[in-house]
Amino acid sequence: MQATSDEELIGRIASGDRLAMQVLFARHHVRVYRFVLRLVRDESLAEDLISEVFLDVWRQAGRFEGRSAVPTWLLAIARFKALTALRRKPDEELDEEAAAAIEDQSDDPEVTLAKKDKSAVLRKCLEGLSAEHREIIDLVYYHEKSVEEVAGIVGIPENTVKTRMFYARKRLAELLKAAGIERGWP
Amino acid sequence: MNAVSKEAPERQEIEALLPWHAAGTLNRRDRERVERAIANDSDLARRLMLVREEQQETIHLNESLGVPSARAMEKLFAAIEAEGAPAPVRRPFDLAGRISAFLSGFAPRTIAYAAAAATVAFFLQTAVLTTVLVKDQPDGTTELAAAKLTSNVHAVVRFAPQATSSEIVSLLNAHGAEVVNGPGRNGTFDIRFTNDPPKPEIVKVVQRMQSQTRVVEFIATKGL
Repeated sequence: MQATSDEELIGRIASGDRLAMQVLFARHHVRVYRFVLRLVRDESLAEDLISEVFLDVWRQAGRFEGRSAVPTWLLAIARFKALTALRRKPDEELDEEAAAAIEDQSDDPEVTLAKKDKSAVLRKCLEGLSAEHREIIDLVYYHEKSVEEVAGIVGIPENTVKTRMFYARKRLAELLKAAGIERGWP
Repeated sequence: MNAVSKEAPERQEIEALLPWHAAGTLNRRDRERVERAIANDSDLARRLMLVREEQQETIHLNESLGVPSARAMEKLFAAIEAEGAPAPVRRPFDLAGRISAFLSGFAPRTIAYAAAAATVAFFLQTAVLTTVLVKDQPDGTTELAAAKLTSNVHAVVRFAPQATSSEIVSLLNAHGAEVVNGPGRNGTFDIRFTNDPPKPEIVKVVQRMQSQTRVVEFIATKGL
């Protein structure tokens, strides 16, 4: 049996179909949650935000014109919600989170231990990237978004998408080098 | 000068595309460009391996984030219940485009058979639903059943394209249901159960009708 497409579900949601809403939520909420969580770094806030994202879908389904794929549309709404929520957070909270993310790798016993495990160090360094760099890395590698889709979600030109991805990877290489892993690039 | 600017522009461009190549999200033209370049450049191939490592660990990292609790869904549907149905939005309906997109997935022979069958089914369904919806009055006039009953809708249904008129009537009769409105957008019909059962019973009947996939393509409770 062929699964109902996302576009069909949106059409049904536009006519007030709660069942279609449940199906769409079940299909996409985990990925949207993870995308938001990587941006806001707060599980409770991320849960609240995904409720808001899908509530917006309920309200705006009738205006969906299919110019982007539904998952891309969801991530664009989610990104807007996450950034708005981050702007509402007090500065001192953001500073604490940033400090926690950008730890001194050389003094971190966890990293020292993990040097034996390249994969663990790589993950640690991915977490240490800035929000902007984390976002683009996640969109490309985990959410499998094309250059055009990333441009649509983030709201930047396609060439900037490529440049930003390059610099995110370059920063990652620098963090790896600081953690004792030399990859010979860039 | 950074490492990128030392390299030829074409090679820089290819290198910038490596993450999307690893993710399989390049268009055909760019994918072939990257594949040709990698085949002739071992250093570029090595860099692709680095990209794949990053991709693998990014996926691992995201998968390890877990899933949201049921609270997110409960909060969402509580808000939806409180808000009611979304406001209808008038927008151009690209019927030709939608039909074209739907049919593009089938072989020409399949389309020919399906078109013939669908034409027959459409006229049969129209006939039976007209019979159901338009009721004779004692004074010899007719009126739409929907005019009286739209305030008491229990479910919304879309019949399967292959369902015959007799199958539709049998299904409705077997479950004590009648059509009160439609077809709406997406070819759906509003139905009600004539004995006006309590909510739990409506849910059960709808579930039973849902299992009749030969006749019912889609059904959900409405207005409960």
